[in-house]
This record gives sequence, C-alpha cells and structure tokens, in this order.
Amino acid sequence: MVLAAPVTVPYVRYSIRAAHWWLARAFSALLKSSNLQKGEIDGLTVSSFTLAPDTAIGLTQHLGLSPRWLDHIPLGGASGVVALRRAARAVQAGDADIVACIAGDTNHVDSFRLTLANFSQFARDAVYPYGAGGPNASFAFLTAYYMQKHGAKREDFGKLCVAQRANALRFESSLFKKPLSLEEYLAARPIAEPLHLFDCVMPCAGGEAFLVLSEERARRLKLPYARLLGTIERHNAFASDPVQMRAGWALDRDDLYRQAGVGPEDMDFVQTYDDYPVISLMQLEDLGFCKKGEGPAFVRKHGFTWDGSFPLNTSGGQLSVGQAGAAGGFLGMVEAIRQLTGQANGRQVEKAKLGLVSGFGMINYDRGLGSGAAILGTSKA
Amino acid sequence: MASAPVQRSLERPKRKNPVLRTRLPTLPPAARSRVALGLTAAAALGRFELQQCRECGMVQYPPREACQSCLSVNLIWKVQKPEGELLAQTVLHHSNDLFFRERLPWRLGLVKLDCGPTVVAHLHEAVEERVRVRAMLDRAGQAVIAALPLKESSDMADDRQLREFTCDPRQRKVLITDGKTSLGQALVKALAKAGADIIWVGHSEPWKKFPGFDELQKIPQVTLLPLDVTDSKNVREAAAEIAGKVDILVNNAEYHRSFGIGNRQGVETARAEMDVNYFGFLRLAQEFGPAMRARGADGKASAVAWVNLLSIYAHANFPPHGTFSASKAAAHSLAQCLRAEMRPAGVRVVNVFPGPIDDEWNQLLPPPKLAPDTLARSILSALREGVEDVYPGDVAQEWLARWRDNPKALERELSA
Repeated sequence: MVLAAPVTVPYVRYSIRAAHWWLARAFSALLKSSNLQKGEIDGLTVSSFTLAPDTAIGLTQHLGLSPRWLDHIPLGGASGVVALRRAARAVQAGDADIVACIAGDTNHVDSFRLTLANFSQFARDAVYPYGAGGPNASFAFLTAYYMQKHGAKREDFGKLCVAQRANALRFESSLFKKPLSLEEYLAARPIAEPLHLFDCVMPCAGGEAFLVLSEERARRLKLPYARLLGTIERHNAFASDPVQMRAGWALDRDDLYRQAGVGPEDMDFVQTYDDYPVISLMQLEDLGFCKKGEGPAFVRKHGFTWDGSFPLNTSGGQLSVGQAGAAGGFLGMVEAIRQLTGQANGRQVEKAKLGLVSGFGMINYDRGLGSGAAILGTSKA
Repeated sequence: MASAPVQRSLERPKRKNPVLRTRLPTLPPAARSRVALGLTAAAALGRFELQQCRECGMVQYPPREACQSCLSVNLIWKVQKPEGELLAQTVLHHSNDLFFRERLPWRLGLVKLDCGPTVVAHLHEAVEERVRVRAMLDRAGQAVIAALPLKESSDMADDRQLREFTCDPRQRKVLITDGKTSLGQALVKALAKAGADIIWVGHSEPWKKFPGFDELQKIPQVTLLPLDVTDSKNVREAAAEIAGKVDILVNNAEYHRSFGIGNRQGVETARAEMDVNYFGFLRLAQEFGPAMRARGADGKASAVAWVNLLSIYAHANFPPHGTFSASKAAAHSLAQCLRAEMRPAGVRVVNVFPGPIDDEWNQLLPPPKLAPDTLARSILSALREGVEDVYPGDVAQEWLARWRDNPKALERELSA
C-alpha cells in the first residue's frame, strides 16, 4: 500500500466558511494534484470536529461523490494514522481502489469554546466546569507531572518549539511567519502553569488530505508515492495509570518495528503529534528513541530542525503551523509523504528514506485516548 | 512552579459606591449528563459519594452508565473516603468561560483518590501533597470536587476560590426574619460569632420586648427590624429599606400548632400556619428575591444564600402535626420554585429539614429533640460547606433514610 498526493489547504486563523468548504477544498486539491477525476476515487474517509450535524455520509451528497467505501473517523489527533490504516485495509481487501483521506475544520470566533464545552460526556461532566481551560488545563497537569518526575525544564520544551518555528518558516501554508527565539519562548505569558503561550497550539481553520492506493496503481498513474511499511493503533491503553505518562505506543512499538523490519535508529525524520511539547517527548520515549524519562536528555543532545541531527515535525508541526481541528492529526502524515517524495521544498531532509509518523488524540477526560503510528518509506525503501 | 499569591484572612470589603455599575452574575458551566447528577445529589447533602459497582466493587469517576471493569449496570452512589494525593497542579491564566475569566487566576489540581480514580479538582491555596476532597455545589448549583488542606484551619474558608462555592457569612450581611424564637436567637449568636458584618433581626411585635431582646441588642452587629411576615405592607417596607444589602436571608419565621384534621374545628389554625409558613415565605420571596438576584456577583460580599426553615414533615405528613406538615410541604414546594428562580444569579436556596426542635410546640414528643443551638450550628456549617439540603440531627437523618429507602413504607409507619 502506498500514500500519494499530499495536500494542505492553507490555514487561516478564523474562517466564516463551514467545515464542508475546507473539506471540499481539500478534496479538490487532491484531484488537482493527482490528475484524477472525481469518479475515479471510490473510497473516502472524513475527519472533522466541526462538520456536525453532518458526518462523512452527508458530505458525499454535499460534494456529489458516490464512493463504494466510506468511513467517518472522528479521532482527532489519531485520525491521520487511523485513516491510513482503514484505507489501506480497504484497498488491500479490494473494497476500494483509490481512497481519499481528508480532514478539515473551520474555526469561527466562538467555535473553539463550543467544541470544548461539548467535547465529550466526561469533559462536560468532570473537566469543563473546572475553569473551562480546555486541553490547556489537562496538558498543564501532564507537563507539571512530567517536569517533576523526569526533571524536564521549560528550556527543553522551548528547544522543540523554537526548532519547529524554524521549520515552519520554510513551509508556505504555515500561519506563523515570524521567527521565535528561546528568550521569547521563556518570556511568554502564562496560560495554564507551567504552560505558556508558545506551548499551546493556535486553533485555526484548514484542511489536509492524501490518497491511499496500491503501489501498482500509483505507478500506472505516475504519482510520486511513499510506501506504508508498518503501522499500529491502540485506544485507552494503561487506563489505570493515575496520570498519563505513556500511551499505546509503549505497548505496540515492537510490533511496529517488526512489521517494517527496521528500528528507531533507522528513521531519517519523525513527525510527532505535537499539540503540546510534552506529548512529543512522551512519543519519542514510547516509540523507543530514548528510554522513559530520558526525553529531556535526548532533547539536550539533538537538533530538531529539518537539517538537524533529529529532524522533527519538519513542516513546523501544529505548534507553528496552527491546529486546524482534526486536520492537525493529518499534518505530520502529509508532511511525511512530502519528505519521502522529495516535495518538501526548502526543508527537504537530505536522503530521507524512512520516516515515522505518530498520532495521538481525544482528550476525553484526563488523558489522550487514541494513539497510533506508521512507518513510511520512499518508493525504493 | 510559580503559584498565585497566598491570600490570608479576608478583609472587610469596602463600602459600595452606589453610582458604579453592579456586575451582573455569571455562572460556571452547568451542563451535566443525567448520570453525573448523582454527584450533585450527594453534594446537596454534603456527602462525598462516587459511583460504585455492586457486582465487583469498582469505584469510578467520571460517572458512567456501566462499570468500566465488569460492565455491570448495577451501580450505586456510595460514600467514599475523601482523601487522596495531589499529583499535579496548575494555575489557569486563561479560560474560555466568562465566569472563570472574571476570576482568574484559578487553581486546579489533579488528585489520585485513595479509593481509586483520578479527579480534576478546584484547588485550595494552602494544600500540601495529601489532600482532603469535598463535593460542593458551585454557583450554578452543580457539584464540583474541591481539594482542600488535610487539616482544617480557622481562615480556611477565606480562600478566594472556596468563597466562590460557599456562602460563608463572614463579612456578609444577614437578615434573620424572627428573633423571638430560641432558634432565631441561637442563629443570631452563631452568625455574629462567624463574623457576619451586619445582622438584621426581625421581630413581629416591636411594641414589646421578647425574652432575650436585651441580650440580642448587646451584640454589636445586630440591628432589630420590625418585620411581620403576615403583613404584606410591612414586608415591602422592610425590603425597601434593606433588600439591596442582604447577602444571606434566613427565614426562620414559623407558626406551629399540633393536631391534624379530626381533633380541630374550622380552618383558622391551619390558615394561620399557612399565612406564616407558606404565604409569609412567598411575601419575603417576592420582596427580597429580586434584589438578591440582582446582587449575585456584587464583589467580595455578594448575595449568596436564602435559607428556609422547613421541617422533616415537609417530605411525609406527620399526622399528630398534620396541618403544620401540610404548610411545610407547601413551603418546600415553593422553595423549589425559588431555587429555580435564584439559580441564574448563583444565589443558593438552602432548605433545612429538622426533626422536632426542643421547643414548647413539641412538648409531647419524645426525645431525641433538636436543641436550637445545634440547629443553628448545622445551618452555619451548611452555609460554609456549600450544602443546600440540611437534615440536622438524628431524627431528621432517620426520616431521610427511611424516606429515601421507601416513601410508601414511611407513610404507613407514620400512620400507625
């Protein structure tokens, strides 16, 4: 199975359009970049928070599509990896030949507050009435606990944020166009201590999409592609941990590397889900790039820009591109396809052959429930 | 981690500038699933209960429709040990909700309870690693969990956040509608001791001194106020004078006679009971309610609570005091209406359901009977702890347990 046609609908802070507009832009960008006709795409996955009251099936009529295979994947930051997994199985089983995986959300001035207030039953009952801080408050707890337990400092998180901003400056669709220094990072105003302004993603509107199809079909269509070498998914792992310091990756990573026949040391870049920097550290640990608790030392040892010793979130990640709702779960996947097909203009990781994309989503109550990861390689990998 | 400056004993709020705009009340988010209202039901009584599985014993939070361990739907709300370990804390400097936005910075903690679950809690500023938790009603009338210091301290209730949930009388202005009864006088003393700023004490016959009158007048915060709850004009005049200042209203005016239907001729006694216990309450609510509703967010000493002296007989008729029971049932129903109307302003309606008070009208009832001092203390702690339904003393507790267990059985038992 392969992935092709990485597209991003350039992000904006606020949009007066509905989610459907962003998903339509993403789908039409897919067609344009692949030279396919609408009818040739016979499978579709849709991920969006703001599409309600519609779901994927409503979108088929909205956009005049008639797929023979359809899936709605409302898994937030895990959507990208899970969409890929569902789509790959559908193509493998012959249920569809070409699947469009699209994600997009709009952002009105008040829509983020409304999304938070009604995010989940547990959030509404047991988190939102406590200061209505949204995910900032939940991640403040995780960050505080991580700092206390593993000795991470604000500078460690800052190093990731600063590197990602440098990457974002080379990505045309990013919302952030100004460089960020560590001094500016440290001097930012507090949001939910210990989180400060640049630890938090900016909600925005945008869309992301890619195609999943067989390698043979991609070749026939002359589409540059990346190969899927291994992938894992897990939900509500380690439910009895009193506070989240690990997620499903820690359970399944051996399986992931076994499928791909490679190890973490073979990766040329990594795209983590980065709504807050502490989660990137957790992923690097759980995915075997360093031991549990050694995240801070790992950060101090490496450079994380596209040309650094450990290229991470090479398009800037959500922290510097913006968080376009569920599209945030696609950002790393789309960027990985670009890197492996030589389309990462100006931030191309040299000789990139293998990359790891990780997803993490749905702060239902006190922790993220969904986790997943995929290892992708170039057409020659 | 830097935290908000520690604020010690509450200072007396400055006098209000009447020309400035009074801030309108906002409420914390009130939406809850039905199953989550189990926490509210327990918090209304001052209990810390969590959902527990009857099959496997699993204690879980947030509330669910099924046991997360064995999938049984046989779940009950059970009192749990209210202690745990503070795992992490944060101070919010940003909120998406108006109520909290007006009150930033706001402290929160993540607490691992000894009984199992991890909870998000409002955090008292003086907490250490081990904390005590309490389910309290917030200004929206919904339960939230607060993490407090393990050890009680004298200025604990002054915590800025805790004061948003409680109705602590400290530095607040209180009206007690009847100073003549032993309960009224016990209440005045308890509230004065608790640091109330002004206590207006109603007396319905201002032309004569009642026993204890002189003693009340010696309390510096006390101002005696002619108030007859059966006189609409008088209630209106009293309200015109002080309604815009009352932060806590305690309606303890009560008319109590024994007997039910068969032992009495005519409706005069029943009408007199209704005139005080029901219409008196209605008159007060009409005259004082709107002013208090407008002052739900009026600075550090805003309008916070309305206390009704009801009776355990409001839930199930006690035939030997049959018409009195009926008047209290009527008052209880009206209190539910007042509660709904005060809720948008965040003013709590506290209903007190005592068993027989140790006074002349309960002379023939066997002990245990509730001492007025004890009852006054229960009301005070209800205000301090954010409780809205108070069942003080053994008799009330037993009736409550019987009534909750099987209301029909209680009816039969009472008619025996």
